[in-house]
Amino acid sequence: MEALLKVESVVKTFPGVKALDGVCLNVYQGEIHTLLGENGAGKSTLMNVLNGLYSPDSGNLLINGQPYIFRSPKDSIKAGIGMVHQHFMLVYNHTVFENILLAVSDLPFWLDKKKLRIRIKEIVDRFGLSIDLDEPIRKLSIGQQQWVELIKLLIRDCKVLILDEPTAVLTPQESDRLFGFLKRFKEEGRSVIFISHKMREVMELSDRVTVLKKGTTVKELARGEFDENVLAGLMIGTDEIPVWEREKKQFTENVLTIEHLFADKEKNMSDLIDFSLELRKGEILGIAGVAGNGQKTLAEVLTGLKPPVSGKIFADGKDITNADSRKAYIAGIAHVPEDRKSMGIAPEMTVDENLILKSYKEKPFRKFIFQNFKAIKENAEKQIADFAIKAGPKGTPIRLLSGGNIQKVIIARELSMRPSVLVALYPTRGLDMGSAEYVHKVIMDARKDNMSTIVISEDLDELLKLSDRIAVMFRGRITGIVDPEHTSREEIGLLMSGETVQ
Amino acid sequence: MIEILLFATIKAGTPLLFATLGAILMERSGVINLGVEGLMLVGALTGFAAAHTADSLFIGVIAAFFAAMAAGAIHGFICVYLRGNQIVSGLSLTMFGIGITSLFGRSFVGLTIAGFSKVEIPVLSKIPYIGQAIFNQDVLVYFSIILVAAMHIFLYRTKTGLYLRSVGENPGAADTSGINVGLYRMSAVLVGSGLAGIGGAYLSLAYTPFWVENMTAGRGWIAVALVIFAQWNSTRAMAGAYLFGGINAVQLRMQAMGTSLSPHLLMMLPYLFTIAVLVMATLRLEKGSTPEPEALGTAYDREDRK
Repeated sequence: MEALLKVESVVKTFPGVKALDGVCLNVYQGEIHTLLGENGAGKSTLMNVLNGLYSPDSGNLLINGQPYIFRSPKDSIKAGIGMVHQHFMLVYNHTVFENILLAVSDLPFWLDKKKLRIRIKEIVDRFGLSIDLDEPIRKLSIGQQQWVELIKLLIRDCKVLILDEPTAVLTPQESDRLFGFLKRFKEEGRSVIFISHKMREVMELSDRVTVLKKGTTVKELARGEFDENVLAGLMIGTDEIPVWEREKKQFTENVLTIEHLFADKEKNMSDLIDFSLELRKGEILGIAGVAGNGQKTLAEVLTGLKPPVSGKIFADGKDITNADSRKAYIAGIAHVPEDRKSMGIAPEMTVDENLILKSYKEKPFRKFIFQNFKAIKENAEKQIADFAIKAGPKGTPIRLLSGGNIQKVIIARELSMRPSVLVALYPTRGLDMGSAEYVHKVIMDARKDNMSTIVISEDLDELLKLSDRIAVMFRGRITGIVDPEHTSREEIGLLMSGETVQ
Repeated sequence: MIEILLFATIKAGTPLLFATLGAILMERSGVINLGVEGLMLVGALTGFAAAHTADSLFIGVIAAFFAAMAAGAIHGFICVYLRGNQIVSGLSLTMFGIGITSLFGRSFVGLTIAGFSKVEIPVLSKIPYIGQAIFNQDVLVYFSIILVAAMHIFLYRTKTGLYLRSVGENPGAADTSGINVGLYRMSAVLVGSGLAGIGGAYLSLAYTPFWVENMTAGRGWIAVALVIFAQWNSTRAMAGAYLFGGINAVQLRMQAMGTSLSPHLLMMLPYLFTIAVLVMATLRLEKGSTPEPEALGTAYDREDRK
């Protein structure tokens, strides 16, 4: 059988980086084809080539055996390829209706809104979606935004659907719904190219898997030829996934005590309602829950971004609720933020500079009123080596690094201050297995040094693996605290939906 | 009295209205243009020179449109295709406009032409109080009012308008929908610049039918501020332009009546108002929402990795 879409030895270079180095890909009709690879392996770059955004330096692209050259996304649309980007291509200030209109190919010059609305309403209803067409995109949840993107592609009636890490931002329920849709889409004889780091999803969905590494194709496997171990081995290049023994600990001291905390309501997010929690010295406390149940506010209060409305916070027995006493504590807390690109780094600055964002005023990085560039450079070299950061050529702005490497820079910076408390939000979201594994190892190592960590995550596997205790949040409250060794997914799932445990 | 003031208000507001509409069109595509002042000057001089030479006001207006368009093309090319800094490019355009018009305008100083005359619209002009003020104006005033409606319909009722707004909000989304971002931005800059040129020509062909150096006197800057006041909306732009026109009319009237207030103070009024209006427009906004096109002022590079 001939491939519907065939990519032959495509090369794409960016200044200083060879993102694709002769990559090959065969996508057949009516299959879900997963692209696997670590961050920076070239998955997104390849997809952007297929989408017409990047023009390759060399290589061929064949659809049904016919050679194609995409000069712009328009050509890609014409060839029947549609893509949902990792960062959605939506106009946030426009309504759902206006966004969908962009995808209508035979849009008349004069927009007859009534007629168009009926047509679009029909499509939206066919998917049983409850989306208000007049709502601006920015007010939609991420899951809803993704559906708008999908509807746009369906209107174009595309043959090949590309999804770049679609589940990284979805709740488990939203993911299941998406998978149901993808399976139906496949049964209609269309093809899906799917990028994900979550093994369970890959195993559930894929008919075929292509593994990429450093811009080249490592292997193409059909269903039956792969299992989780084979894929993990191909991706990171070793045959076993490192497993570590958790050292047993007795926790006695409390580092943080939160009592009856109330925090501000923000937009659609749940605030914190009468929230109490204790963090013990040297423990990793996992916080589970569907996004939007107050986790973000909790992190903001703990890291000093938002003052609480009432309640008390004690650190080492000292009341740090009000502003003055908070300062010292806030300066000493480590924070791995949710949105690493907008909150964790200064994107245009170099890795060296980003590594000292919090300590640039301190010795040895400061010399009178000047910066000590020698010390900054030495510090960077040490951190880059310790954390195995792929920082690119000297002076590269950090935004050009892959997500995993950016996250490593943030963690290196935060831990270099030797904090007593680390608040980490979704620390491995969107990271490949190798990077995620590394982040976990670093947190576990710091636990040995008696650092306390609060990990907020939606990935239950991650929480079960890391945590000494898991607290589950629902609508701004803790519905239960469980021991990872004596709990089940079902129990946590129930707590996540608001059932309380006595 | 009210009728006279209203008449003067509309006349003083019209050049601002043209320029503001032009700037809105450009900014809706995501290109900010601080060169409006320069474009208005180019339009004013070219319009006057062409009208004087060809002895036709119509040719003057057309010439102003195309001359300003040509000047704006420099800005468009730098911002859209070379991805240069829009602020720097716009400021240079203003300085270029001031310089080149004072250089080539010397020989036209002191000449006069017969400016646009009033055209009375039957029936409507007989409405008491406002009839004479609104419906007994020159053709350019009528044209500017039609343009307000046309622009609104264009932006919200046509495919091209929707595409243009999308380009200004999120060029990436537009590009992946198959819209030619560069073409839309360039076209918006060209037409918008031309409209700013007509705004300048209104000064030298209708408002005060002669040419003097730097005759726009900062109106281009007021137009840039009015875009923000108008929240990138053409009907609000009309309200804004007439508000400023009104202040201008009132201060001229007060000067003519010989108040004890210093004329310099009175002449400051429109500019003081600009500042006040900007402060108010910013304060009034709902937190987190802004009517400003999201991609305003940023160049679009398809291959840039964000």
